[in-house]
Amino acid sequence: MIRSLLLVLVVVFAASAQAGDKADDKLPKILIADPYIELHSGPGRGFPIFHVVERGQEVVIIKRRTDWFEVRTDRDVQGWVERSQMLATLEPTGEPLDLHEPARENYMSRRWQGGVMAGDFGGASLISAFGGYAFSDNLSIELTLNHILGEFSNGGSATLGLMHVFVPEWRLSPYFTLGTGVIYTDPKSTLVKSEDRTDQIGYVGGGLQFYLTRRFMLRSEYRHNVIFTHRDANEEVKEWKYLGFAFFF
Amino acid sequence: MEVSGLRLLFLIAAASSALPGCAWLGGNREAAPEPPQPIASATQAAAGTGKATPDRPIIDPQVERRVIKRPKIESEDFEIGLYGGILSIEDFESHAVYGARLAYNLTEDFFLEGTLGRSRAGRTSYETLSGSAEILTDSQRDYTYYALSAGWNALPGEVFVGKDRAYNSAFYLVTGIGSTRFAGDDAFTVSGGFGYRILPTDWMAVHFDVRDYVFDTDLLGKKKIVNNLEAHLGLSVFF
Repeated sequence: MIRSLLLVLVVVFAASAQAGDKADDKLPKILIADPYIELHSGPGRGFPIFHVVERGQEVVIIKRRTDWFEVRTDRDVQGWVERSQMLATLEPTGEPLDLHEPARENYMSRRWQGGVMAGDFGGASLISAFGGYAFSDNLSIELTLNHILGEFSNGGSATLGLMHVFVPEWRLSPYFTLGTGVIYTDPKSTLVKSEDRTDQIGYVGGGLQFYLTRRFMLRSEYRHNVIFTHRDANEEVKEWKYLGFAFFF
Repeated sequence: MEVSGLRLLFLIAAASSALPGCAWLGGNREAAPEPPQPIASATQAAAGTGKATPDRPIIDPQVERRVIKRPKIESEDFEIGLYGGILSIEDFESHAVYGARLAYNLTEDFFLEGTLGRSRAGRTSYETLSGSAEILTDSQRDYTYYALSAGWNALPGEVFVGKDRAYNSAFYLVTGIGSTRFAGDDAFTVSGGFGYRILPTDWMAVHFDVRDYVFDTDLLGKKKIVNNLEAHLGLSVFF
């Protein structure tokens, strides 16, 4: 067991060494256009600057982590450069480096979105995860998975709905949502007459999305649910998602 | 409309029959460029100019367009890893816990993480003392949880090992929400804690974490808040 684990480790290390040895010509190369760029010892503003590369020299970009880029100079010095300095560099074609950044101006063109929200579902605690795909700037389809944790029952729901963002170019933008799905309820065993059940659920709701920065958004949502029960009367449940975090890609 | 449509059709037919003939007759290859539209050639034919049309230009530069392929910058904002440690389950002894972790680094300061852990509860002191009275069945002693958390790299830095080695590190604070499945029940769980991370290489991190999982339970008859403390050691890889 331990031997096989060691073997795996050796293979992993060998593979990574191989990857490191791989010719730099596969990696993007850039030309320094600023008077100089500063190489930090780590991907953070506090890490010390230990090297500078002057204008006119070329470096290769190894990888990116958040807003920091690991580069290697032709003298094999490796360090981390901040995004703002990378923006002033040139590609081999002479054009400024294009980082394909999702900024607020083009975030509408991003089609996929995902995130997590927390709130209250008819008095029970709610944890919600969602993923969406936008057909157009305004309209998207969204799948939501809810985990409902209450004092008397637990459950979950999966819903599919449409979401219409009224003015997507606004930083704070309201939206409308409508959909349907299934809800599973599992009453706590201490209650009499308890029975697991799966019902259909429909909802109508609205919310606000707030563009935070880069590819991130905050969201807050209210849904009015109707649970189509097998009993005589349908159940209506208020669902508040106080705060959620979303990112698009 | 009808008449002009017919005329157009006729002209096109005339042009298509006349033009190849012109080309065959003329042999005058340095003439005007290819007629852009059949209508234009039709008028040409009708006007009887009969200019020859070349098959191809004299100078045909065989220059291929340079395809500029921009290599993609590999970004490593995700982390995936495993951990193992000890979880103290209130009233039910301490046991080994193991789990998996997926994290997304939003910025150099903040990250999101999802963890999924598994442990097993022991016996309460009452069960041990009484000898036979079992509060929970065997399967109810399985303890699983998940947590969705946000973290803040409060104290980033470097650690120095000897004279030549420096490793990036960070002390971070984490808080989150999630659910705990224990004793046949799911409970909404709030968690919080701190951790310390060292990166032996650029793509790998070793973590030490301490977490407190807090939830309500009425398992022992009376409703109360439990605090389950966990300490674990983990390894994660950036991708």
